[in-house]
Amino acid sequence: MAKQFVKGNEAIVKGAILAGCRAYYGYPITPASEIAHAAAQYMPLVGGTFLQAESEIAAINMVYGAAGTGTRAMTASSSPGFSLKQEGMSYLAGAELPCVVVDITRGGPGLGNIAPEQSDYHQVVKGGGHGNYKNIVVAPNSAQEMCDLTMLAFDLADKYRNPAVVLADGFIGQMMEPVDFPEPVEEFAEKKWAIRGVDGDRMNLISSIELDPDDLERHNQKLQRKYEIMENSETRFEEYRLDDADFIVVGYGIVSRMVHTAVDQLRIEGVKVGMLRPITLMPFPTKRISELAAMDHVKAFSVIELSNGQMVDDVRLAVNGAKPVEFYGRMGGNVPSIKELVREIKRMMRVL
Amino acid sequence: MSVKILGKSKGFYDTYERRPGNNKEQTHYCPGCGHGILHKMIAEALTDYEVAENCIFVSPVGCSVFAYYYFNAGNIQSAHGRAPAVATGVKRALPESVVISYQGDGDLAAIGGNEILHAANRGEAMTVFFVNNAIYGMTGGQMAPTTLIGQKTTTTPYGRTLQNEGYPIRMAEIIASLESPVYVERVMMADVRSKNAARKAVRRGIKNQIEKKGFSFIEVLSTCPTGWKMTAPQSEEWIKSTLVQNFPLGVYKDIAQQVEPLDMSQNLATPARVPKLIGLEQDKVMIDAASIKLSETIDQEIKIAGFGGQGVLSLGVWLSEIGMREDLEVSWIPSYGPEMRGGTANCHVKLSREAIGSPLVTHPTVLVAMNRPSLEKFEDDVIEGGAIVWDSSLIDIEPKRDDIIRIPIPATEIAKELGNTKTSNVVILGVLAGYSDFLDPIVVQQVLPLIFKKRHLLEINLKAFQKGLELGRQLSA
Repeated sequence: MAKQFVKGNEAIVKGAILAGCRAYYGYPITPASEIAHAAAQYMPLVGGTFLQAESEIAAINMVYGAAGTGTRAMTASSSPGFSLKQEGMSYLAGAELPCVVVDITRGGPGLGNIAPEQSDYHQVVKGGGHGNYKNIVVAPNSAQEMCDLTMLAFDLADKYRNPAVVLADGFIGQMMEPVDFPEPVEEFAEKKWAIRGVDGDRMNLISSIELDPDDLERHNQKLQRKYEIMENSETRFEEYRLDDADFIVVGYGIVSRMVHTAVDQLRIEGVKVGMLRPITLMPFPTKRISELAAMDHVKAFSVIELSNGQMVDDVRLAVNGAKPVEFYGRMGGNVPSIKELVREIKRMMRVL
Repeated sequence: MSVKILGKSKGFYDTYERRPGNNKEQTHYCPGCGHGILHKMIAEALTDYEVAENCIFVSPVGCSVFAYYYFNAGNIQSAHGRAPAVATGVKRALPESVVISYQGDGDLAAIGGNEILHAANRGEAMTVFFVNNAIYGMTGGQMAPTTLIGQKTTTTPYGRTLQNEGYPIRMAEIIASLESPVYVERVMMADVRSKNAARKAVRRGIKNQIEKKGFSFIEVLSTCPTGWKMTAPQSEEWIKSTLVQNFPLGVYKDIAQQVEPLDMSQNLATPARVPKLIGLEQDKVMIDAASIKLSETIDQEIKIAGFGGQGVLSLGVWLSEIGMREDLEVSWIPSYGPEMRGGTANCHVKLSREAIGSPLVTHPTVLVAMNRPSLEKFEDDVIEGGAIVWDSSLIDIEPKRDDIIRIPIPATEIAKELGNTKTSNVVILGVLAGYSDFLDPIVVQQVLPLIFKKRHLLEINLKAFQKGLELGRQLSA
């Protein structure tokens, strides 16, 4: 369809609308506000709802209400705002309501700053709210993927009746790149469980209560089975120059863009390094990482994050001691330069 | 023990299949509890107005958390205090439905204080039933925001005090003080007469919504014999003797007859219409890279820096827009985060034949400096053999380096002569197109009308571009 030069944050909204989203509830926060701005601009043009809620908590609960009617609904925020939404995330997961939540991560803890970090990995990928649940999590690394993965997030959310999070950072949100917008989604599976305000829905119930311990355990087991199915069929990742790599760098989101360039530079120097980029963080490419860890040519891994080392836990679990797993992270909104990454990857490769 | 609701209304399920245990006929409410009576009034009203099948009932957290056991409606159970937000999401998606937010005093007046206030203030077209029994019933008789001074609860064992907990909160009065709500009334569940008045209020609240009149709020002073440690008759007596003294009954606001029905029509675009509506139709300017003559050394990493307001970020966007239409890979990123330190606005642009890794430009091939701090800050970063373009009409120094191509342009001066200093960035764009080999002037001229949609702006900017182009060509020759 149209190729446009747009900000990642705008690509999210256009992608969402193409995916059939007709309800956006949000609360302003830097650096995610542009998503609300774009939603405020475009939602009314397609007859959808944009509403600036009184709080992050209200916004996520409005999404809960809209999602309960079967409407494709979304909200977006940044780290401190996502913390506030955690109550709602737990209820959405418990009531098995599909929706999309965007988190443009910023520096923390507390008020932190508005610069890019990846320090929300734990609170987004591991659940974060109460209970035995998980969010579907996709991690775009370009404006194109801000559109594509938002659309995918809506599909996965509907398919599994589970909230899906687009986890990005201020860089990808602010960055402008050409985006090839796909055709709008025309067909949607019927949501028989939804409350539509018609006679046939009157036995339907949107709820997360199960008073009986056995019932609640069964409900939880059902959720876990769902996550297992996702692991088997929805894991997405990108491999770059891994065929003969001694050393595999794992990074997601904006970091993967930097690592990509660093890998190219190191390859020019003859260093056999490659990159694995998880595109879905939940489900995580555990299986692929353990396969790689078992390969003879792979000597070690390193994980690079804009955090104190959160995804590295999952890589270590996947590698399971088969090979060393190193870590390099920056915090506070600092982003490593390519020179720094090249230096650090070489340093970490001393383990070889 | 349970209370049998006599003469079950069609607004209720025939049997309460969701209720655990063997008793599928009666509610779980305690004998003498006001919830059962209020439920019945609501169910009757929904039946009488023939809207039960269009009703969506939002159950709160509190004793009425299980309202969905009973109401033969679409049922949604919400988090504590959030029912008005959930109801907002429902009503906005389904404006033709009748949405009821049913809440207790802890739910509505404490933890959900913000949600109710703003739903009311927006005038959401919903009906709120606020059950005020001055206590947290379900969680074990703790203090509610409506608990009276001196009243003993499990968390005010010595009685609520002014010093420690303050006065009980009067929600009907607060809601009525807002502009949007159309109907606010406080009723009580005590004797037959007061229950008749309550029934009327319930019906009015629902009728208002059917007539699309906006936000209705009915506060119901209700009994909690268990929480109050009283018998049912004692409870009714206590409402009359004590509770109502603190929460006066009455209609606090009623403008339902004066206001026009809300326009709640929905006009959802079909998917096929969406691209046009959100501006996703392709413009004509898209050039096959093969058809234009660009240098093999096209990969450029450009940093543009200056004061805010000089069009620094825009110039970067235009370069990228042009690059995209030359079928190149492009990326643009504004100064962001720690990059913003130092008082200059700047952006990073990459143009490449290959997929772009990092969008950050640390060592520019071209630096455009629009003010002195930018030149000073970034001069050293430019690669050997790279170019520095600077606005010589604003910058009173020159680059110190001699291993770079020096392009001084009095951009602001030229723009001023053309009659608009804001066009200085377009002058620079012209210079880059005339001097360098990575911008095709023909493409630039095709893209400019997409950027400057107003005719007079386009005219002056085309002039600025032409001027820059000539200057650039002279410099390169």
